[in-house]
Amino acid sequence: MERIELVGHFGPYGGRFVPEALIGALDELEAAHNSASKDPEFQRELNHLHKSYTGRPSIITEANRFAEHAGNARILLKREDLNHTGSHKINNVLGQALLTKRMGKKRIIAETGAGQHGVASATAAALLGLECVVYMGEEDTKRQSLNVARMKLLGATVIPVTTGSRTLKDAINEAMRDWVTNVSTTHYLLGTVAGPHPFPTMVRDFHRIIGIEARQQVLEMTGRLPDAVLACVGGGSNAIGIFHPFIDDSGVRLIGLEAGGAGVESGKHAATIVGGTPGVLHGTRSYLLQDSDGQTIESHSISAGLDYPGVGPEHAYLHDIGRAEYRAITDDQAMHAFSLLSQSEGIIPAIETAHALAGALQVGNELGSGAILLINLSGRGDKDVQTAAQYFGIPL
Amino acid sequence: MSKESLAQVFARAKSEKRAVLIGYVPAGFPTLEGSKELIRALIAGGVDIVEVGFAYSDPVMDGAIIQEAAEVALRNKTGAKEVLEVVSSVSVPSLVMSYWNPIERYGVKEFTEALASAGGVGVITPDLTIEESGDWIDETERNDLHRVYVVAPSTDDSRLAKVANKCSGFVYAASLMGVTGARNSLADSASELVARLRKVTDLPIAVGLGVSTAEQAADVAKFADGVIVGSAFIKLVLQAPNITQSCKNVTLLARELSDGVRQGQVG
Repeated sequence: MERIELVGHFGPYGGRFVPEALIGALDELEAAHNSASKDPEFQRELNHLHKSYTGRPSIITEANRFAEHAGNARILLKREDLNHTGSHKINNVLGQALLTKRMGKKRIIAETGAGQHGVASATAAALLGLECVVYMGEEDTKRQSLNVARMKLLGATVIPVTTGSRTLKDAINEAMRDWVTNVSTTHYLLGTVAGPHPFPTMVRDFHRIIGIEARQQVLEMTGRLPDAVLACVGGGSNAIGIFHPFIDDSGVRLIGLEAGGAGVESGKHAATIVGGTPGVLHGTRSYLLQDSDGQTIESHSISAGLDYPGVGPEHAYLHDIGRAEYRAITDDQAMHAFSLLSQSEGIIPAIETAHALAGALQVGNELGSGAILLINLSGRGDKDVQTAAQYFGIPL
Repeated sequence: MSKESLAQVFARAKSEKRAVLIGYVPAGFPTLEGSKELIRALIAGGVDIVEVGFAYSDPVMDGAIIQEAAEVALRNKTGAKEVLEVVSSVSVPSLVMSYWNPIERYGVKEFTEALASAGGVGVITPDLTIEESGDWIDETERNDLHRVYVVAPSTDDSRLAKVANKCSGFVYAASLMGVTGARNSLADSASELVARLRKVTDLPIAVGLGVSTAEQAADVAKFADGVIVGSAFIKLVLQAPNITQSCKNVTLLARELSDGVRQGQVG
């Protein structure tokens, strides 16, 4: 049989597993992304928003007191938490919202788990005058009611999803159903480096600015490249953003920290690469949590933003070729690091980000005082105050 | 007596100046045995070809009705073994309708071999693109199974030709942009899509998505070779108090639809 050329793959991972109805829109998006990335006017507009709206470049903070718990390695925090809307998510959202206008579409839809991507999408829609509909699992709308209110204040419509497990994975299913129905007028503003091609590549490209800035900043601060770059991995967008510009620096270890929940051995986790198997979910081939029949298994994590049974295909590939390593951090380890950073540095991180910080404690102790670790502080913890207060038994 | 082939079913319908009626039931819904009974009830009402659904946890092409049926089937622990068991019980040509991951997980080679042994004639894959079909094409060819891809009104002409070229048995044309489920009226997009498909393929064309009444079936039969109905049957089962009543109601609807596909074609 004649073979058709494969596009948008990372080794055996990635690709497109979607209804034929969406192929035209994915082709259109790929073309728009390719032409925009070569268009100086588009880049100028995006850079202007980075500077004057998001507040880029984000700074680097050296965490000296936290480092005492991490083998006295130098701990450098890339402060994506200081971006407008409080996380790295805005980088991708602004890029895709500009692409939406470029394609002449007037409506965006988005999925959200914790609500951070939904809030960022609603923000960009307000800024650029787009209609915005956010799908959110009913369970998550209850867990993150403050973010639901934020999205509504920003003018977005939030639709609670009552099918399946009523969490992020089902919100993505529902967004896909909307997109299949309204694809001629609507852009699906996917929030992570998963989904069908071109999303994993495009979302990565919009987040590469994190790693590009950080690489330069670390060189200026320390005169050399870091020994390791660490980031939390749910879908994997903040991690790929900071990893990617270091991939050719073979001396720099890239370490992704997945959500180990109650422990990978308990089965209650979201550590897709550490504890999953290759398969197809939400339009892409990657690692996922699935049973022996190929049905998706529900993930578990204290962090709503990491509570996803899939992971971006480029991470699957970086894992398989040995360029990046992935570890699981349990809820308890993450909350320990959450507390430690809050009380040693005066920075309350997102619980997602706390997984990366727990990884830094491990790796710092492994490498010792001569080492330099760069950690993506991907988001701030304001949204997690209720969860953290409950965890630590602080009455509200 | 051996079953007819898909080609024979379409040819016989053509000679009778009518469209083929294709009915969908997920294996394991409402129970494993219940799904077999429902299929017999469909056939008793005049369904020519059966689609046996392989329930999946994340069915992005399906509306609320089929999602609910899939959730029931999954609660009943319906996996590949059960799907194949249902296929082997069907007395007319049957295809499996499955999202891709359950097939990949079972193994492409293993699944196609097992389906052929169970007497299935093909597979409809709503989320498999032709670009990802390398092994799938090889193994379905080897096991003499039909490959049915689903095309949509948004599929452009050049891609229609490419996808139809990889289909066998028939081409599944989605009547509209959207997910499965009954609609009050059929969009013009269905006849337009079928007309564009006729220019690029000689395969029979079956239209699905949104067809629930005899009138709609008759409309589709005017321009298509097959009419696919799923959600309308499932809805009757969800509303009925027990399997006996479900089967009665399903047979009645199948009979109406079967009359419908006979009214449409003028010759």
